Amino acid sequence: MSFTTHTGNRGLVLEEKLIFEMGEPGRTGVDLPKPAGIKSRLGGLDRDSDVGLPGLSEPQVVRHFTRLSQKNFGIDSGFFPLGSCTMKHNPRLNEKVARMPGLADLHPMQPESTVQGALELIDSCAHWLLVLTGMPAVAMSPAAGAQGELCGMMAIRAALDARGENRRRVLVPESAHGTNPATAAACGFTVDSIPATEDGRVDLAAFEAKLGDDVAGIMLTNPNTCGLFERDVRKIADLVHAAGGYFYCDGANFNAIVGRVRPADLGIDAMHINLHKTFSTPHGGGGPGSGPVVFSEALAPFAPIPYVVRKGETFHLVETADEKDGNKPFGRLKGFHGQMGMFIRALAYMKSHGADGLRQASGDAVLNANYLLARLKDKLSVAFPGYCMHEALFDDDFLKDTGVSTLDLAKAIIDEGFHPMTMYFPLVVHGALLIEPTETETKESIDQFCDAVLALVAKAESGGAEFFKNAPYLTPRRRLDETAAARKPVLRWMPETA
Amino acid sequence: MRYLPLTSADRASMLETIGAGSVDELYSDVPDGALLSEPVDLPYHLGELQVERDMAKLAAKNMGTASVPSFLGAGAYRHHVPATVDYIIQRGEFLTAYTPYQPEIAQGTLQYLFEFQTQVASITGMDVANASMWDGATSCAEAVLMACRATRRKKAVLSGGLHPHYREVTETYCQYSDTEVAGRDGHPEKQATADELDDLIDDQTACVVVQYPDVFGRIQDHTKLADACHAKGALLIVVFTEAMAFGAVKSPGSFGADIVCGEGQSIGNNLNYGGPYVGLFATTSKLVRQMPGRLCGETVDQDGKRGFVLTLSTREQHIRREKATSNICTNSGLCSLAFTVHMSLLGEDGYRGVATLNHETACKTADAIDAVPGAELVNDSFFNEFTVKLAKPAAEVVEALVGKGVLGGVPLSRLYPNRDDLDHYMLVAATETNTDEDIADLASALKEVLA
Repeated sequence: MSFTTHTGNRGLVLEEKLIFEMGEPGRTGVDLPKPAGIKSRLGGLDRDSDVGLPGLSEPQVVRHFTRLSQKNFGIDSGFFPLGSCTMKHNPRLNEKVARMPGLADLHPMQPESTVQGALELIDSCAHWLLVLTGMPAVAMSPAAGAQGELCGMMAIRAALDARGENRRRVLVPESAHGTNPATAAACGFTVDSIPATEDGRVDLAAFEAKLGDDVAGIMLTNPNTCGLFERDVRKIADLVHAAGGYFYCDGANFNAIVGRVRPADLGIDAMHINLHKTFSTPHGGGGPGSGPVVFSEALAPFAPIPYVVRKGETFHLVETADEKDGNKPFGRLKGFHGQMGMFIRALAYMKSHGADGLRQASGDAVLNANYLLARLKDKLSVAFPGYCMHEALFDDDFLKDTGVSTLDLAKAIIDEGFHPMTMYFPLVVHGALLIEPTETETKESIDQFCDAVLALVAKAESGGAEFFKNAPYLTPRRRLDETAAARKPVLRWMPETA
Repeated sequence: MRYLPLTSADRASMLETIGAGSVDELYSDVPDGALLSEPVDLPYHLGELQVERDMAKLAAKNMGTASVPSFLGAGAYRHHVPATVDYIIQRGEFLTAYTPYQPEIAQGTLQYLFEFQTQVASITGMDVANASMWDGATSCAEAVLMACRATRRKKAVLSGGLHPHYREVTETYCQYSDTEVAGRDGHPEKQATADELDDLIDDQTACVVVQYPDVFGRIQDHTKLADACHAKGALLIVVFTEAMAFGAVKSPGSFGADIVCGEGQSIGNNLNYGGPYVGLFATTSKLVRQMPGRLCGETVDQDGKRGFVLTLSTREQHIRREKATSNICTNSGLCSLAFTVHMSLLGEDGYRGVATLNHETACKTADAIDAVPGAELVNDSFFNEFTVKLAKPAAEVVEALVGKGVLGGVPLSRLYPNRDDLDHYMLVAATETNTDEDIADLASALKEVLA
């Protein structure tokens, strides 16, 4: 059935132009006082041409962005089991407190005496992270997980330099996030890949064989990107330490173990924590994130500036590389002191959960993932045997001979009203489907998802390939031509030239 | 625990389906002794009311910029954010969405990123912009690394007018990649001429980095510098900390910049004590494939309708791994939405109008301060921020102003802790949020403090 409306709208799914195609000169969405006509002192560089912005009224802007929002799926819209991304409930309390006067309106360069509450808040957030990880030091400033990695690896490089050692090889398992090798390269390291075993973990023998006096360290994700706990993590830590290297842990999956396992007890030297995953600061369509890094005694002195120190009842922000207290910071990573807005949300979340709730949350996340695994394992092909942590990994074996790919299945899941799982990651298994329900889902929602997936698999098995190739059918846009987008990139709107 | 929906009965029945005796059993891969049997030593959970009270107590210990006359700048600026901006960014479909990996159900995010890219390219006068960076300082560092990649050279020349934090972050990023960072110390009273950096540019120079307006507030024409760079095969990078400025001054693109990057916090985003902010990054069509970060591109769907997708991802870490243009994964999506909504509300007239208003307020503030004995305006040119020379050390003056309920400015000693020659200078910023009463309060408080 094909039916086209005059407007291009589809019932209440409304088409929406770009703002550049709907504005009128002379219209604006703000009311400003008239200029006083003061002679400008712009050094003779007064703007003498139009910027090229459209004029819209306030109601036009509200309607435009409301309509755009309706073409988006978020965790508030429904089940969003995107593995490795941890899409859990975002409490609105966190948003409310982050907007409090006295927090949202603080300037980063205010005198220290006027921001004691803010520094105390950073210190409290740091305290929670330190107790939960068992580590002695933390750098709060990294802007996101990837910058946290950079922070950790730079501390390792600085520690090696301080030891006068020219170790340049970093071991990175095959299943690592793409940010891990890119980060190691940014610190001047070369990347040496470690293969995975049959059961989805680091091949300990291969790892041991790669150790040597040129190894700076290992970057390991634990729980790893296959959704599994690295059983040999302590042996890995001991071996890399014995070889004179450091142990960087990618803490993207800390939410599986928070309150139950302390990274310090595993022999980790540095680990970033994605506040937006583990402590539920909202993902905002791709950011902002926040990636504080916890450090062992060995790496703590190299943590970057700035950092907060407590002196009795007052808090002090150290903004310069001051070696008097034994610290040798490797530099500064960010314009100011870090993602304060995220610290506020994360602290509100941690206080709301408490030590008891965080422990329950990680347990429920793991329980939900294993329940989903149990519900699907007879029909879908499980990538690795045994219990999973907070996410369940399948390969595409179960789709063999159906003519349906992982991508096709994902697109059909969209029509069922769910955000699809992570596809084709990790790369270590073929056609991966990585599913993470998180702890804030009910048993009912997981059941509903599993029932829908099982029905789709049955459809695929009974020769429905053609149907899958054309899914999704019901979305504001259907499959988009990504190849054309990359071949002739159109990255901005341009006025029509006659 | 109100965020956790499972009941004890749910948990029991789920464990039964799994075939496990307990949740602890699911953690059986954790090495012996590493699995905690009790909650860690932190407070137990609190209700919504108590958490709100705790946070309000912390907020009450601060002096907010909205509650007193405030003239702080130096890379972060208090502007009025229309109520509509916060309403839109709190819509759950924007707030709680992820990176638009499934474009069919993320057209809202993708379309505003396309609009954002267009707005950023327009205000900077460049061909293309990316879908945001973390902040201005990391944007600057990535621009330098990009220039090194594009020119296959290893030397970056940094102007003394560059914000010292931007310089520090750039040095941090370059320290392990064999990139040499050269440059000059800046001084608010030593007018940097257009050829300040000429003699540092040679055939190994990848880029020259200047700030516009510079960290002391001065506005200079960089046309000659662009020509000098291009004559030697180097790129000109123009950095800004105040995105509002381009509503009043010529764009960096108009004088030949190759990369323009900086801070977008001014538009749509709160001060937030330094973050999260939104890094802006724009360049020429020629260099687009060397760009770091995310890009959104226009395409069509299966039915021929216009749609948007993330594109040119072969530059990125998830494809190129250690050979990627940068390790960046997360961007500042929601902050770029705030920017886009605010910019849409402003439009051509509003953007230029609010810029004019900023400049006029700054002119009035500068004159009021200049009339105070012991305070002297240093700048010949400025947009909404300028440097003042004080008869007393600026840090002491700023602290004394706090005692009079005024957040007066940023002492240069805060930005340059190792430069004794700058102790008597203070940066003052004024925006459309400052009233005539604010300016009068600042001037009279300053008069008392300097007397």
